[in-house]
Amino acid sequence: MLKTLAGQIKEYKKPSIITPCFMILEVLMEMLIPLLMASIIDDGVEAGNLSHIFVMGGLMLVIACISLFSGIMGGRFGAEASTGFAKNLRKAMFENIQTFSFANIDKFSTAGLITRLTTDVTNVQNAYQMILRICFRAPISLICALFMSFYISPKLASVYVVAVIILGLFLSFMITRAHRYFSATFEKYDELNASIQENVSAIRVVKAFVREDYEKERFGKANTNLSQMFTQAEKILAFNGPLMQLASYGCIIAISWLGAKMIVAGDLSTGNLMSLLTYCMNILMNLMMLSMIFVMLTMSAAAGKRICEVLNEKSTLTNPEHPDYDIPDGSIVFDHVTFRYNDHAERPVLDDINLTIHSGETIGIIGGTGSSKSSLVNLISRLYDVNEGRVLVGGKDVRTYDMDTLRNEVSVVLQKNVLFSGTIYENLRWGDKNATDEECQHACQLACADEFIERFPDGYETHIEQGGANVSGGQKQRLCIARALLKKPKILILDDSTSAVDTATDAKIRKAFAEEIPNTTKLIIAQRISSVQNADRIIVLNDGVVDGFGTHEELLETNAIYREVYEAQTSGSGDFDEGGVA
Amino acid sequence: MAGQKPMHGPGPRGPRGPKPKVKNPGKLFMRLLRYIGKYYAFHLVIVVICIFLSVLANIQGTKFMQTLIDDYIIPLTRQANPDFSELARAIGRVACFYAVGIIAAYVQARLMVTVTQGTQRRMRGELFTHMENLPIKYFDTHAHGDIMSIYTNDIDALRQLVSQALPQVINSAITIVGVFTMMLLLNVPLTILTVAMVGLNIFVSGKVGAQSSKYFVAQQKSLGALNGYIEEMMEGQKVVKVFTHEEESIEKFNELNENLFESANNANKFGNILGPINNNLGHLSYVVAAAIGGTLALSKIGGFTIGKLASFLTYNKSFNMPINQLSQQLNSVIMALAGCERIFALLDERSETDDGYVTLVNVKRDGDKLVETIGRTGIWAWKHVHQADGSVDYIELKGDVTFDDVDFGYTEEKLVLHNIDMFATPGQKIAFVGSTGAGKTTITNLINRFYDIADGKIRYDGININKIKKADLRRSLGIVLQDTNLFTGTVMENIRYGKLDATDEEVIAAAKLANADTFIRQLPDGYNTVLTGNGANLSQGQRQLLAIARAAIANPPVLILDEATSSIDTRTEKIVQDGMDKLMHGRTTFVIAHRLSTVKNSNCIMVLEQGHIIERGSHDELIAEKGKYYQLYTGNLAET
Repeated sequence: MLKTLAGQIKEYKKPSIITPCFMILEVLMEMLIPLLMASIIDDGVEAGNLSHIFVMGGLMLVIACISLFSGIMGGRFGAEASTGFAKNLRKAMFENIQTFSFANIDKFSTAGLITRLTTDVTNVQNAYQMILRICFRAPISLICALFMSFYISPKLASVYVVAVIILGLFLSFMITRAHRYFSATFEKYDELNASIQENVSAIRVVKAFVREDYEKERFGKANTNLSQMFTQAEKILAFNGPLMQLASYGCIIAISWLGAKMIVAGDLSTGNLMSLLTYCMNILMNLMMLSMIFVMLTMSAAAGKRICEVLNEKSTLTNPEHPDYDIPDGSIVFDHVTFRYNDHAERPVLDDINLTIHSGETIGIIGGTGSSKSSLVNLISRLYDVNEGRVLVGGKDVRTYDMDTLRNEVSVVLQKNVLFSGTIYENLRWGDKNATDEECQHACQLACADEFIERFPDGYETHIEQGGANVSGGQKQRLCIARALLKKPKILILDDSTSAVDTATDAKIRKAFAEEIPNTTKLIIAQRISSVQNADRIIVLNDGVVDGFGTHEELLETNAIYREVYEAQTSGSGDFDEGGVA
Repeated sequence: MAGQKPMHGPGPRGPRGPKPKVKNPGKLFMRLLRYIGKYYAFHLVIVVICIFLSVLANIQGTKFMQTLIDDYIIPLTRQANPDFSELARAIGRVACFYAVGIIAAYVQARLMVTVTQGTQRRMRGELFTHMENLPIKYFDTHAHGDIMSIYTNDIDALRQLVSQALPQVINSAITIVGVFTMMLLLNVPLTILTVAMVGLNIFVSGKVGAQSSKYFVAQQKSLGALNGYIEEMMEGQKVVKVFTHEEESIEKFNELNENLFESANNANKFGNILGPINNNLGHLSYVVAAAIGGTLALSKIGGFTIGKLASFLTYNKSFNMPINQLSQQLNSVIMALAGCERIFALLDERSETDDGYVTLVNVKRDGDKLVETIGRTGIWAWKHVHQADGSVDYIELKGDVTFDDVDFGYTEEKLVLHNIDMFATPGQKIAFVGSTGAGKTTITNLINRFYDIADGKIRYDGININKIKKADLRRSLGIVLQDTNLFTGTVMENIRYGKLDATDEEVIAAAKLANADTFIRQLPDGYNTVLTGNGANLSQGQRQLLAIARAAIANPPVLILDEATSSIDTRTEKIVQDGMDKLMHGRTTFVIAHRLSTVKNSNCIMVLEQGHIIERGSHDELIAEKGKYYQLYTGNLAET
């Protein structure tokens, strides 16, 4: 994990090395300052030597300036190194995600990827800054102080060693205990927040069923419970400060007593005793600091691990070595195709599919939920790879084509489709960067999107909000179709893309397709029979196998599933739909 | 369209704009203190005493270290047979002070756990309780992500404020006052000098802090922009792949990433250098005090002695420390106060008002009179206590709903419903059809008083619904929303949500009525299967079936149904449809219809357009009218 992460430091190696250097310099200067302060008191003030005060004061100012300079430099380079590291991590992850196949994306889930790119990176960034700035500082400060103490008096310094060991043991004991409590508590905390979230989004249900009091009571219980758990954990941590004081006060008393005896015996000077006492706080504070760093590092280790998962993920699809850039036509052949999302799955999602579709044909696909309609069409533009058999486009196996070329020629309108924030033009030009305004408008005419776009005050310059929040479902679907059309593909696939469009408009779109892009192979997945019945041929899918393939009339004659769906829909459960523009 | 559709699901999490400046931090802080003081005044007093004791012990310790050498060790070195008993007694005394200090520190830490956790618990509890009482409008106008952030980020910032910043501020304040007094007693000019140096320190910190917070705001802004972009791209990652848009998306990402780096680097830089600057200005103050104090002491001006200078320098050091701590805490205190402001803002939101006094009670028949009873009788009546003379009327709950010239707008400026007149007699089915934004959902939201009408009257069994207690009104109405919301818990619990005291048998009966029983039994644990994430493991159709069962178990006389538009396959749709039909049987039903069969079977169809009812009547009547309905109907059947 560390190797993967460290690999992303790259151009920030220099500040990453400089930072600890300056931090060490700062620590060393800080170590000298108490010595100088003691000297000002002992040899200057006490001795009444004003010139010594000025000399030492001047020296102290010089050292303070060096310390200030190193501190500022350490801060500056530390910031650069950590934020730069974070930048590189985000960049590397984002770029790797762009190479992900659909299978990779499914594995991580959208929310998982977002967390890794945002919160996890911030955690690692903070941890890295801490490592560079404090992780070097604290131990060195500790070691220096111990070293100085030993230099002054090994006998007295051993008091510190004992204190450090005892305090260290107690701290690690408490931290591990508290950590265990906390991780259990955080789970509960997440659950509580999840239930608040639920209440916020389901507030209408809560109010409609008059369940406010019920929810309050439930929440109250969970809240009290959580609070008790947190209190338990924090009670342990409440020992931290007093324990620290106990150790330091204990040291002061022991050193005072033993030191006094040594001074009296002539083994120690008074100035040295003062210095020893100053180091006391230094040593124990740094130990405390180390224990805190340790806790924070273990917490961010989990974030680092999640980031590495993304960085080390290899795309499941790769371009062929000598890719073919020429797709002759829009014909599609499924040759004994078997497909499963998961290699260990018992039953394949698609089982031995054999289909031949001619270039320019319009094909309808119908079938119940889970009949693998989407899986079938996703294989054509190689969003997933088949497990057995082959898919041919233009007479060649899709795996021989350059992936970008293939996906530009096979345009898919996904079922779960997304518009991006930006103007309508900007969204449309996802299909073709260089499309002129006229081309965009023409595509919208074909998709019957022009009628509502022109009614917007800003027309094609209307700003679409994130996720297309300011257009209705039907409008969104039509914009997505227009966007796909701009690719001028050889094959166009509509995956349930007109479900929120009213039937009249739906028919108009299909008519426009037939007239304007007759040579494009069109695959239309739909729930409504009316959307597919005029297609050249219709595929009926059931549980991953082709149950029927033929014209509307043929299927009505021969296919039981098709007939059942047809009868159910014509007997009056059609849609009175939302389009409202008809 | 604002407020027309409720916002669903989690709102945007990541991007929250730069934190607004707190308007009145002092007032806010006092309010917070009052809030904590309401329950923990006693705790706080003890905490302050404990902090005082700790500081005192610390000062005693410092004093001891000064006197240790001069008063004990030096005299001892001069004795031929050193007698350590005096020193032992002194050490014993200081050990006692230390012990008090340690105990005080523990008591303080322990009490602060109670105060912090208690305040957090109460705050969260009050937030939730208050939120449940807020009108739907609040949820329409506030992004769900922002509401959630109050519970997570802001409460967390509050915790840090209470547990860390608050004791530190008290501690620092006591130390500063104590040390300042001691310094004044020793030497006034040097004290003024030290304070002036502190002033310089604060001035410089302020400058650096201002830079830092300027960049901090910039950092938050670019972080928001980047996180927003990341969220958008990750949600649309599959579309990016399909359109081979990877390079463009990386390009834009790099630009935003670079921006964030710039501002984060600067924000961190200035944040990081604050500490060294504070420390070393402290050192400067020390040196200046030593030099000037030394000159004063040696030239014996104003009776200043060397011993006093030594003490003064120690105080100088302890004076700078708390000030540095305070200046470094300031940023997080301001952040936490901004969070407090949002917490109090939610608590200050006006609750849903309810002036209704007509209640729903169980009754039994006594001849042709209705008599109120406690037990469940299956017969319900509205108990109407007339305000004028205190007489009581019982009106049987039947489900008769009339709209009389109703106007409504989500805001006062813009009406979305105009002159709505309609009536539904018990058992009738009223269908609403029309395009998006015509006002279908809005009408149904008025019946259960999610929103209050601007003008006109809505009557329920002849009673103006404004007179009915909201809880009782809503209890008499069943509702199935277009987007199903389920809760974390078992299937059984989710159905029981409609009637909390329902037996398992009743739940199963309701599930059977809703056609949900079959699929529930196929789930891994049947009725005990735990649903999470709004029933993420169920299909859209299955979730709807559960929502129908949930409404069925409540057995209300009036139903509001919002048929789902999302595409579910024909077989499931048929099952859902059957479930709905069974539920509607014998009840007054208002249905926002998308299915032909539902519309056709209705007693009356209301065609809405831009907030007006433009056509009304039965299917056959409206077809004959050849208006908008005819258009919708034939458009629908264009090809069959």
